[in-house]
Amino acid sequence: MPDPLTREDVQRIAELASLELTEAEVDTFTRQLADFLAYAQQVEGIDTTGVPPTSHVTGAAPFDRPDDPRPSIPRDDLLDSAPDASTDEGLFRVPRVIA
Amino acid sequence: MPHHNLSTVRGVRDAVAAGDVSAVEICEASLAAVGARDADLHAFTAVDGGKALERAAAIDRGEDRGPLAGVPVALKDNICTRELPTTASSKVLAGYTPPYDATVVERLLRAGAVVVGKTNCDEFAMGSSTENSALGPSCNPWDHGRTPGGSSGGSAVAVSAGLVPAALGSDTGGSIRQPAAFCGLVGLKPTYGRVSRYGLLAFASSLDQIGPLTHTVCDAAILTSVIAGPDPMDATACAEQVPDFASALTGEVIGLRIGVPAGLLEEGVAPEVSGPFGEALDRLRQMGATIQPIELPHAHAAIPVYYLVATAEASSNLARYDGVRYGHRTDRADSLRAMYSRTRDEGFGAEVKRRIMLGTYVLSAGYYDAYYRKAQQVRTLIRGDYDAAFSAVDVIATPTTPTPAFRLGEKVDDPLQMYLADVFTVSANLTGLPALSIPCGFTPGNLPVGLQLTGRMFAEPVLLRTGDAYERQTDWWKRRPSTG
Repeated sequence: MPDPLTREDVQRIAELASLELTEAEVDTFTRQLADFLAYAQQVEGIDTTGVPPTSHVTGAAPFDRPDDPRPSIPRDDLLDSAPDASTDEGLFRVPRVIA
Repeated sequence: MPHHNLSTVRGVRDAVAAGDVSAVEICEASLAAVGARDADLHAFTAVDGGKALERAAAIDRGEDRGPLAGVPVALKDNICTRELPTTASSKVLAGYTPPYDATVVERLLRAGAVVVGKTNCDEFAMGSSTENSALGPSCNPWDHGRTPGGSSGGSAVAVSAGLVPAALGSDTGGSIRQPAAFCGLVGLKPTYGRVSRYGLLAFASSLDQIGPLTHTVCDAAILTSVIAGPDPMDATACAEQVPDFASALTGEVIGLRIGVPAGLLEEGVAPEVSGPFGEALDRLRQMGATIQPIELPHAHAAIPVYYLVATAEASSNLARYDGVRYGHRTDRADSLRAMYSRTRDEGFGAEVKRRIMLGTYVLSAGYYDAYYRKAQQVRTLIRGDYDAAFSAVDVIATPTTPTPAFRLGEKVDDPLQMYLADVFTVSANLTGLPALSIPCGFTPGNLPVGLQLTGRMFAEPVLLRTGDAYERQTDWWKRRPSTG
């Protein structure tokens, strides 16, 4: 099993997950995630040699639907849900990404 | 709805169809009950009485007179509705109203149901008590100091307290069955693929399923027949034919083989639960079923496997809440990256952050094989256990939960203890198997106890037949919490 979880691990994971955590949250999560991972180590002892992973449990393979054009949700309805959008331009507005 | 004494789906449907009562009268009674009691119970996150009454009036005029004509229903707040906000009880979606109805909502409306409102849940269905709702917890109608369970707790409260005869929930690790057990209701998690998830806010896509919470097994059968079936909008919704589940209810269990995983039950079932569970098995034996021990050798690993798989999937599914397309956006960001991470910090509650963190960790480079892949392999072994057991039995019985409803606040500071309480419910999600919780007794303190029946893939008719037959021989389902 991997090394125990550190505070630095939690900060790195928060960055990967795009979560800005407070110092207090980093402390709490370091403890709670370490607790869970220690508990989860029981799976390590189970022999899974040659066992294929299960990623989904549908009995049948997912099916394709006919590729026929059909009406979709109107663009303006979707833009209306956004915190900041321009229905005239048909765009979501976000902070500047190009300097 | 005490005024009409019409607490079941079948009762309401038949009374409306016979003209004994109008859909508007039924809807008014439901809204009156919500108005009188929901301030205390907090089952609902949104109610639109005006729209519900308009809809009921349309039913009375003869529109949409399907199998649910005039039946008031409540929907868990993670199921998309075009006319009501859908927030999954999260700040990150505060005020959001989707531009479309989920497939299950379309089907309910087509069948004549009247949507009364949306129900409270743990944020993004992550939890077992509704205490992770950004809007505060719901109360168990049997004891207001206790949790109704979760995550579909508000749906369970709405039905248990008689505000509506039926509600939909979603079940990723027990989130329909556990609140059903805690509130004295019937709850069905259908087979994975039986019901379309189009319009269900995704938590863990290989585990999520939508299903009903009702007072009777027959009502669960009626609702499931309406919402199930293939859907071009959800590639995981199976093409499997949907039988008329209600017609499977013959009242017979003679010759049915029921397996009991004795080894699993040795681990910490409260005596006030194991007592009623044992008596329920005795009753089923008297009715002609055989009870035999079975082994599920990997069942002890189901909790860690479940939380490794579910959090990994959640970390991916919840990446979409970034403040761009819907919901909350921080007002303190001048760069895109800061907007994402501050929006998410402000919008998500502690449990959701905890699960996103855990899921991101187990999927990250260097840990994927040790945690996520290993969990998926053990998931295969757990499925194998059930396949082997079902070569000898037709149904597997356990208590739904190891304890009755716990006190609000009792486990909020100890996430791992909260997770461990899911020991009997998560396996049905890991395997995809259908599972039904039905009332099977009460504790000395008058809290409901649930019996869980798990069946083979697409064997809902067997589960519903067994549950209904048991229900016909018992009166547990008739008990209602006092309205004091």
